[in-house]
Amino acid sequence: MSRIVVHGLEKNYGDARVLERVNVTAEAGEFLSLVGASGCGKSTFLRILLGQEQQSSGVVIVGDGPIVPEPTPQRGIVFQRYSVFPHLTAIQNLLLVEDFRSGGPFGRVFGARRRKVRQEAEAMLERVGLAHARDLYPASLSGGMQQRLAIAQTLLGRPQILLLDEPFGALDPGIRVEMHDLLTELWTEHGMTVVMVTHDIGEAFKLGTRVLVFDKVRHDPQFPSAYGATITYDLKLDRKTRASSHHLAKVAAMVGTTRPDTAMATTAS
Amino acid sequence: MLAKGMSARDEASATGGEGITRPSRPKPRVRLRMINTKVSRGGALFLGGLPFLFVAIAYLIASAQRLAVNPSDKLLPSPPQMWSAFLDLATVPDKRSGDLILWVDTYASLLRLFAGVGVATFAALSLGIAIGFIPRVRAFLLPFVTVVCVIPPLALLPILFIALGLGETAKITLIALGVAPVMVRDIANRVMELPSELVAKAQTLGGNSWTMILRLVLPQIMPRLITCVRLALGPAWLFLIAAEAIASTEGLGYRIFLVRRYLSMDVILPYVAWITLLAVITDWLLVRLSQAMSPWAHPVEAR
Repeated sequence: MSRIVVHGLEKNYGDARVLERVNVTAEAGEFLSLVGASGCGKSTFLRILLGQEQQSSGVVIVGDGPIVPEPTPQRGIVFQRYSVFPHLTAIQNLLLVEDFRSGGPFGRVFGARRRKVRQEAEAMLERVGLAHARDLYPASLSGGMQQRLAIAQTLLGRPQILLLDEPFGALDPGIRVEMHDLLTELWTEHGMTVVMVTHDIGEAFKLGTRVLVFDKVRHDPQFPSAYGATITYDLKLDRKTRASSHHLAKVAAMVGTTRPDTAMATTAS
Repeated sequence: MLAKGMSARDEASATGGEGITRPSRPKPRVRLRMINTKVSRGGALFLGGLPFLFVAIAYLIASAQRLAVNPSDKLLPSPPQMWSAFLDLATVPDKRSGDLILWVDTYASLLRLFAGVGVATFAALSLGIAIGFIPRVRAFLLPFVTVVCVIPPLALLPILFIALGLGETAKITLIALGVAPVMVRDIANRVMELPSELVAKAQTLGGNSWTMILRLVLPQIMPRLITCVRLALGPAWLFLIAAEAIASTEGLGYRIFLVRRYLSMDVILPYVAWITLLAVITDWLLVRLSQAMSPWAHPVEAR
């Protein structure tokens, strides 16, 4: 139901080609980690899956049919920044989900319905450990708390596919480990398909069931932007490969940004 | 701010030596850069009051000197003269019409001002959001609004008087036309600057164009709209007084230009001060309104 099939995807910005010949099929319930050097187009790929941008050519099928070229409730998103609404308190951010979904022309649900939604929202706040921050505005929450709120908000929308764009990139290492546990638990509970873009290879290995590496394979020295990146490595992880330093080192070398030893440390934690 | 300043000083003295309160040793002072020096609350009050005090004293001296030479001088009246003239206008009914002139003028002017700015605000909100949020409306209206923006509103005044007559409509229209285009553009820009992440997220949560305007754009834009109104009030007063000066039978601007013929500085100066006071109060009220409506946008004040 929530499969993702991408075939022959290509994305150009004017003359510059960002992505080319991207083929990937993700079964329902998979957790895809996308890694690659900065500016290699993995975030663009995610935005295409979100519907915020459209592919220049190729086929993207999400669920039963071709992707709707705008963001829909089918796909939830957590960005690195601006992931919650700053003008709403924590609880209001969660209530907004139901307000948008079934609030009608006022964008707000009333009466008994609202009381029920409020209970759900409070349970969710409790679940992500934000019960004490119920009535605070995001500006007075820490980065980790904001991301927890963002994940809670996205999950309340019950998306079939969860897209994460470097969701923990701005967080301290300790908080990050905490968030990994939270995300893993929620993913096990809800069972949605997850696509996560990350710079942290350890994180990619720790959370994902599959690691995809984006890189350029063709280079034109006269016109560097002539060719785009594609998926150069597609590694399915099981318990054995997950902890394998060999694979980790290999991917780290491809991406060329993170040192394997620090990546190992993240995986171990 | 005060506490920060104190702690910085304490730290400075603590690093300089342990005797923070010992009177015998002179307090070690660290010379901060000018941009880092803090101003205490009392200091800010004092510094802020200085320019007012300076102008007042300069006026008093000049006025006293002129009045010493010629007691019936009209150009720089003394404060008691101005006060009695102002009090006359505020409390003594006019001989001809029986009105309390100051209040009639104030009422008429504020009505025009708020009607004009109100219309402009409504236009800014509806057009601004539509232009900023909906690409088709943007393509349709943005070029037009941009062109209208550069027309000098005062050049339109004769047209308005000819087309709409000399009544209230023309004056209110002038104020609205004068401030609305800039406000529309500002709000439209601000809507376009909303982080695309927030708009995308709202869509993934099931928002449609209308509910997103209601629950995302409107609340996000509200503080900016109020700032916009505060900034627009300056030009609005200008257009109001210009319109009143040309064709009116009451109003603050009308009165000032009327008594100008008699060199009645004892009326003009208090009227200018009165207008200033009204403008300051309006501005303060708008700031409070913004704080009450959008506490999230004023994190420091809200505490």
